Amino acid sequence: MPLLEVEDLKTYFHTREGVVRAVDGVSFDVDAGETVGIVGESGSGKSVTCYSLLKLIPQPPGKIEGGRAMFDGKDLLALSESRMRAIRGKRIGLIFQDPMTSLNPYLKISTQLIEPLLLHESLSKSEALDRAIKELDAVGIPEPEKRIHSYPHEFSGGMRQRVMIAMALITRPEILIADEPTTALDVTIQRQVLDLIKTRQDELGTAVIFITHDLAVVSEVCDRVNVMYAGRFVERAPVADLFSAPRHPYTRALQRSIPAMQEKGEQLYTIPGLPPNLAQPIDGCSFAPRCEFSGDNESCHSGGQPQLVEASPEHWVQHCRGCVEV
Amino acid sequence: MAYLELQDLTKHFTKRAGLFGGERQIVKAVDGVSLDIEKGEILGLVGESGCGKSTLSRLIMQLITPTAGSVVLEGERLADLPKAEIRQRRRDFQMIFQDPYSSLNPRMTIYSTLVEAIATRHPNILQDKSAAENAVSELMERVGLDPRFIRKYPHEFSGGQRQRIAIARALGPEPKLVLADEPVSALDVSIQSQILNLLRQLSEELGLTMIFISHDLSVVRYIADRIAVMEKGKIVELQQAEALFDSPSSDCAKMLLDAIPQIRA
Repeated sequence: MPLLEVEDLKTYFHTREGVVRAVDGVSFDVDAGETVGIVGESGSGKSVTCYSLLKLIPQPPGKIEGGRAMFDGKDLLALSESRMRAIRGKRIGLIFQDPMTSLNPYLKISTQLIEPLLLHESLSKSEALDRAIKELDAVGIPEPEKRIHSYPHEFSGGMRQRVMIAMALITRPEILIADEPTTALDVTIQRQVLDLIKTRQDELGTAVIFITHDLAVVSEVCDRVNVMYAGRFVERAPVADLFSAPRHPYTRALQRSIPAMQEKGEQLYTIPGLPPNLAQPIDGCSFAPRCEFSGDNESCHSGGQPQLVEASPEHWVQHCRGCVEV
Repeated sequence: MAYLELQDLTKHFTKRAGLFGGERQIVKAVDGVSLDIEKGEILGLVGESGCGKSTLSRLIMQLITPTAGSVVLEGERLADLPKAEIRQRRRDFQMIFQDPYSSLNPRMTIYSTLVEAIATRHPNILQDKSAAENAVSELMERVGLDPRFIRKYPHEFSGGQRQRIAIARALGPEPKLVLADEPVSALDVSIQSQILNLLRQLSEELGLTMIFISHDLSVVRYIADRIAVMEKGKIVELQQAEALFDSPSSDCAKMLLDAIPQIRA
């Protein structure tokens, strides 16, 4: 049985411009110890999906309209706030994109690092401090017993992200949600942080949900990948399958648009147009207006939204009747 | 003679340390950099954070004064010019920044942002409203923006469009040298290609000389003619872009190449 099973999750935002279907019927599961990727452009709903699971969506305007998220026999979406508090930051940890703004600049690292332990494990302060120093050591901060009494501004960006990882993993969560954890970092630092997440994951057996827009990073760290577009998953596959045999036109377009994959001097391939306005209902495939295969093909633009079907073992794709062959 | 010459450019910062700041430490942010850049060339400048890329770019832009060495543009030593003259010259070199969200004034429409940029070169344009509008529309079309959006504010645009506005703003004063500091790092992969295409096309059409700063070698490889690798304030390697990828000689370049995430299919 999977560790986390999300079924038909729907999160809408009720704004003045209308109802924005940020997440519109998303299902996926996460097994213990594995890394599941969610990849897509800005605004595709990757972060909203994960924040919905932890009740971190501002309500209003946001509202979880439906679905279930089963974790250890409980539906996360139906939990009361006090019950959720026992899970968020304890059994499901979070790291964010920007380590500059997600640490409190007024508080010492020690205060911030032991907070989850005091809250969730009711340790004494000195016990918690010992654990925190060990955790800093494990994420590769030199002289942890001294550095723990520093303030966030005394660390570099990469070091701060290490502190964030230490803080998220200190309670030994079963799931770690990493929301673009390396996007704000240099390539060399990115490499170190990715390696660190992998190492700690192997040591602790944590499952990781990895959110990113960078396909290259996905291909390096994930076991299975969900490709998200306009609030829905368009494709899901084991990582090797997704890159060797992508089925959905959006996945293919995304792969073609990576600058590193193209010859020097030739015009870089770009996806034409913009993602759809999620406040407007979409008939047919949501990618059709930008898709190079759809054109005037009537079956791409009508007949309701295409459903995910299993095209080959474990390889799911949104079955657009116009241009996806199954 | 090269178009832009950096001659032994050096910038040291003094950092006070110890109680009462009694001890002085010298940080050699840029340490004797010499580079020649030809007209119309795109030079890639890569290195880890803290290697001195940004200090070097500020020196070239005359935003800070060098400790030693000089910047020579078309045979003229910029440091010898009086301050007022430098202000005049600043139109000739423009910058594009990493974050299109914070580098545009949120209270100015696209029109006012761009007309201000154009007026630094053509002050008379402010008197003639229709000429100004035409000039702005033309500039917007050049960077792939629809002139219908001329009265909109930056927050009404997506990240990629905002970066286009920032590029238009940099092109407004008709610069000879454009310094792009991580112009695509904050953008989605799919948008990165659009902006790279645009920069390449503009450099060809306008004969721009460009310095393209990035930590991401895979992006620099695509756009740059030559790549300079910087480490601890020094240029440790300078090669043709493709050659650097095929046979990096410095440890720093090797490390940067190894760090690029690879698609494994």
